[in-house]
Amino acid sequence: MMAMLDPIFATILLATHGTSGGAFPIAHAMDNLGWAGLILWLPLISMLLCGVCAAMKVRSKAPAIITVILLALSFLVTFALFFNYESPVTIHLFAWFDIQWEGGGFVAPFSLYVDQLTLLWMLFVTGLGTLIALYASEYMEPDLGGGYARFFAGVSVFLFAMSSLVMGDNLVMLYLGWEGVGFASYWLIGYYYQKPSAVAAAKKAFIVNRIGDLGLALGLYLIYHYFGSIQFTEIFASIQHGVDPATAQKGGWTLAAIPFLLMLGAFGKSAQFPLFVWLPDAMEGPTPVSALIHAATMVTAGVYLLCRMAPLMSGLSCSALGIEEWPLFFGWTMPAIDALAMVAWVGGLTALLAATIGMAQYDIKRIMAYSTVSQLGYMFVGVGVLTTYGAAYHVFTHAFFKAVLFLTCGAIMHGFAGQLDLRKLSGLRHMKGWKVVSYTMLYGCLCLIGFPIISSGFYSKDLIMAQAFITQGPGFTALGVIMVITALLTAYYTFRVWFRVCAGEPHYEMGDEHHAPGDDHGGSDHDHHEPHPPGITINFVLIVISIGAVMTIFLGSWVKDMVNGSSAMMVDHHDDLADYWHKWMPYIASAAGLLGGGIAWWFHLANRKAADTVRSTLLSNPMIRWLPTAMENKWYVDEIYHALIRAPLWAGGHLLYLFDKYIVDFAFVDGIAKLPRLMAKAFQPLQNGVLQSYAVHMAGGVALVTVLIIGHAAFLHYWNLIVTFIVNIWASMFGGAA
Amino acid sequence: MMHLLAQTDSFGSVELGHYLMTSSVLFVIGLIGFLTRRNMIVMFLCTELMFQAAAIAMIAFSRFHHDLSGQVFVIFILTIAAAEAALALSLVVLLYRRKETLSAEAWSELRET
Repeated sequence: MMAMLDPIFATILLATHGTSGGAFPIAHAMDNLGWAGLILWLPLISMLLCGVCAAMKVRSKAPAIITVILLALSFLVTFALFFNYESPVTIHLFAWFDIQWEGGGFVAPFSLYVDQLTLLWMLFVTGLGTLIALYASEYMEPDLGGGYARFFAGVSVFLFAMSSLVMGDNLVMLYLGWEGVGFASYWLIGYYYQKPSAVAAAKKAFIVNRIGDLGLALGLYLIYHYFGSIQFTEIFASIQHGVDPATAQKGGWTLAAIPFLLMLGAFGKSAQFPLFVWLPDAMEGPTPVSALIHAATMVTAGVYLLCRMAPLMSGLSCSALGIEEWPLFFGWTMPAIDALAMVAWVGGLTALLAATIGMAQYDIKRIMAYSTVSQLGYMFVGVGVLTTYGAAYHVFTHAFFKAVLFLTCGAIMHGFAGQLDLRKLSGLRHMKGWKVVSYTMLYGCLCLIGFPIISSGFYSKDLIMAQAFITQGPGFTALGVIMVITALLTAYYTFRVWFRVCAGEPHYEMGDEHHAPGDDHGGSDHDHHEPHPPGITINFVLIVISIGAVMTIFLGSWVKDMVNGSSAMMVDHHDDLADYWHKWMPYIASAAGLLGGGIAWWFHLANRKAADTVRSTLLSNPMIRWLPTAMENKWYVDEIYHALIRAPLWAGGHLLYLFDKYIVDFAFVDGIAKLPRLMAKAFQPLQNGVLQSYAVHMAGGVALVTVLIIGHAAFLHYWNLIVTFIVNIWASMFGGAA
Repeated sequence: MMHLLAQTDSFGSVELGHYLMTSSVLFVIGLIGFLTRRNMIVMFLCTELMFQAAAIAMIAFSRFHHDLSGQVFVIFILTIAAAEAALALSLVVLLYRRKETLSAEAWSELRET
């Protein structure tokens, strides 16, 4: 493998601990695959048809049927593309941007870059997208004739944008998809637009994502600046050839900034610290949206970006460019950190932070949201410690089991009139009609904690945790320890949900969400005091996705082949250290998972009163009290944001508002307008309608002028006399003396 | 100025001061009439009185300055006053028809406030 590399690139590889990058195959153009464009066009057609349905006020399930069929076709096309795949190809659809000038140009065709990474992502994006749309066809029933078509149009837009993001042949198409999924996410989080909290959450998601998008946009610009192209084929060819030392010298820190900017973009979209705050709030959207966008697909876009751009992430790292320290203020410097190491650390800390928050929440959907943030942290650790295989595999397994978890939460929420509080639900598995939900949820939970052998999470998460101990990097061993601790916490909060909600004595309190009158769930009348178990569609989807989650167990080596045939390839090392950790990590992780699950079993099933006792003990201890309080309040991250960003912005805005209101509007605009009015007020009483008074004023005015003229003449006369008198005296007093 | 007031003309002992005094008296009579009466025709006559007082002053000054332009000006004033009188009286007739009274107070509703 190393012999194939360009010598310059080989030195870069050595500088980055010799584990990253490689001579992955770069795509060549292929003409006869134009039909692959259907993967993008089908969701777009679906969106248009849903729009037509909305315009025609269709009251049937037509939008859902259209969407599910077209998305399923899109999935089949993806599958066909997968079977026709031989080597990385670009598929030209149409010319988009094609600007040429002397000595340069900007070319961004609407083309697809299909390598194994693309296919891996597209298979689960379209596959899960179809299943979740099917689930939503039942879930969204209360909105039939209302927002139903709007919802499915949003889902279609999302899948179009996600396909563009994953399949784009250049960074502009990726950016189109990147913004497109952000827009679709805004659209769908704010689906219940009459709910202020949903609107606020939609805005929050959009605005927080803008920060990350700014990073991506700047990174994109810098890539164009240094590589002269934004097409993956050309960028990869340049980076494989190695960075020209002269360019590196000239580029300086702006060249080294590219990986950090891409990283910022990934942090925004994939909800990593400090930009993770939008994801838990995004749970205001309908549950299928949470499952589709905010658990399975969109949030993995950041991981995809880093995998796709892995050659740049390592090839342009500080160590590869020979940058050893960063300047700080006052001439101080700090040792330079590689972007990938930073990715690993931020991911690890996000995983831990989100897990601790998840432990103290009561809303099961929110707990799932925090677990998503936490698992995304794992994926970033995977990318950061140079196992893109582990990261992509975890994305793949997580997409399935997290979709199951969200969809079961949705089914519960749907059946219990919006009830999501785990204290108010219990023993679901003993209730009639809830068996499928309970046991698919159990399997999802087992995957999430990485239960040995039978769960998919066990295989993917261990890869990442083991690699953290294997790869040499700044404090990666400590990071590995954090990962193991997080695994324990994950197991605790996950099974806290399951043991509370699905196990134990059957008991429930309905939520306060009222269904629209006259709707009909599962063909049976009910009032909202009785839970209604999910219908056949929801159960079918849950079972299919669970089977998918089981299947992912066996797809590990397939994912590995897929990743290593693409730009995300990382060179594997087989040494004693790697063997040691790959051998023992499953035991360690299983022990952590079982321990966490055991603690959850004790406190939340076997002895639920003990949980309250422990809680009140902790809260009454002044030394420890802050910890559970802070966890319950999400470490006050929102409050910190509020104090650091929102409050100053608000204060500044309010100051300007006051300036505008009182200085500009009141003093200037209105003030100048009021001046003639005030003067008019003063003289208005003179116009009293009595003719004689006008005459008096006229005569008086004339008299006054006369007096002034005569008086002035007299004044001048006497003034002259006085001055002459004084001058004379002056002259007689001093003139003579001089 | 004093020397001008004391200057006599060909009428013997009549000085400029006499003319100006006549003019002032006429003007003040007109003014007082205007301020004290409510009848529009009388008020109009009073304005005419003030008008002619000014004309007398102009003629007197013209005579004593040996400059005819003042007298020419008065001819114009008289002409315009005649036209104005016709106009004003017709307005008064119209106003009278509207309110059936000649009192100026009847029209005080045209005030601003």
